[in-house]
Amino acid sequence: MRQFAACAALEEKTRLKRRAKTLPAAAPEPGPRIRPAAPEDVRSIIALDEDVTGLAKPRYWQDLYERYGSTRREGRFFLVAEGEGRIEGFIIGEVRAWEFGSPPCGWIFAIQVRPKGRLKGTGTRLFEAMCGCFRRAGVEKVRTMLARDNALILSFFRSQGMMAGPFIELEMSLD
Amino acid sequence: MKLQKATYFALYAVLELAADPARQLSAVEIAEKYGISAHHLAKVLRVLGRAGVVDSTRGVGGGYRFAGNAKRLTLLDAIRLFEPLGNERSKSGEQPPNNAAGRALKLVLDETDEHAAATFRSITISTMLKIMAQRLASEPTKETRRPRARQDRRGSASRAGGNG
Repeated sequence: MRQFAACAALEEKTRLKRRAKTLPAAAPEPGPRIRPAAPEDVRSIIALDEDVTGLAKPRYWQDLYERYGSTRREGRFFLVAEGEGRIEGFIIGEVRAWEFGSPPCGWIFAIQVRPKGRLKGTGTRLFEAMCGCFRRAGVEKVRTMLARDNALILSFFRSQGMMAGPFIELEMSLD
Repeated sequence: MKLQKATYFALYAVLELAADPARQLSAVEIAEKYGISAHHLAKVLRVLGRAGVVDSTRGVGGGYRFAGNAKRLTLLDAIRLFEPLGNERSKSGEQPPNNAAGRALKLVLDETDEHAAATFRSITISTMLKIMAQRLASEPTKETRRPRARQDRRGSASRAGGNG
C-alpha cells in the first residue's frame, strides 16, 4: 500500500507540474480516483471484463488479484479507477527483468475502462498512475503487448506516446 | 517502407491542416512549405475533399480547411485513399507465381504488410500531431546547437600561443 501511495503521489506531482506549464491555475480535476485494487473490487472487475469481452472469467481475475493485488509484492501493481461509487476501470502491471534479454522494465498486461465511461481521461489517468509506479520502482521504460487487430487499445497506447519496441512476437502451432 | 508520392503529399496536407482546423490554406501555401509540386498537391487535395477529409473554398482568399475528426482519422484512412495496404496490396499489383517459392514469399510479404497496416491503423492524426510536437520540442534550436569546430580550433590556438 505504501509503495503505491508513494508512486501515485510522485506521478500526480509530475502530472500536475506538466499541466501547470500549459494551463492557468485551475480547480482540482474531477474524475475517478486511482487507488490499489481491494478484495471487494474483484466482483466489479469480473463484471466489467465480461461486459467488454462477453466472457465471464471469475477464477482468472481472482487469481490475478491474489498475485498482483493482495500480496503487494514489490514491483507488482493492480490499480483501479473508482468514480461515483463504482469501478470505472483498472490496470495491471509488473516490473520484469531479463526476460528476452531485456533489462528491468515495466510491463502493462491488462487495462480496461467501462465502455460508457470512456473518452473521459480515465484510461490516461490509469496509465499515468501505473507509469508513476514504474518510475518509483526505478525502471525507465514501459512496455506492453497486444493483438495486432485490437485497434482501440493500440490507438490508446499510441496516444499515450508509446511506439513499437525492439521485440517481435513469434508463434507457431504445436499440432 | 516507401509510400507513393501522392500519399506523402496527402499526409503532409492532412497534418498541416489538422494542426489548426480553423485555418485555411491554399495548395500553393502548403506546397511551398513542404517543397512539393503545387499542381500535384492540388490533385491530391481534390481526392481528400471528395473523401470529406478537407473542405475547400474557391475563389480569392479560398483554400482548404481540415474537415475530419483528428481523433478518429488514422494514417491508414488517409493512405488507403491513394494506395492499397495490407491484404489489399497483395490482391493488387504483381502476384507471385503459384509455386512453393511464390507461396512462401507471399506468406512473408503478407506478414510485413499486415504489420504495416496495423501500425498505420493505430496512429490517429491527433497522435501524429503529438509525435510532431514532441520531435519539435526535442530538436536543438539554433541557440543550443553546438558551436562549429573552428571555434574549438580557435580556442586551441590561443591556448598554444598564449595570450600573455
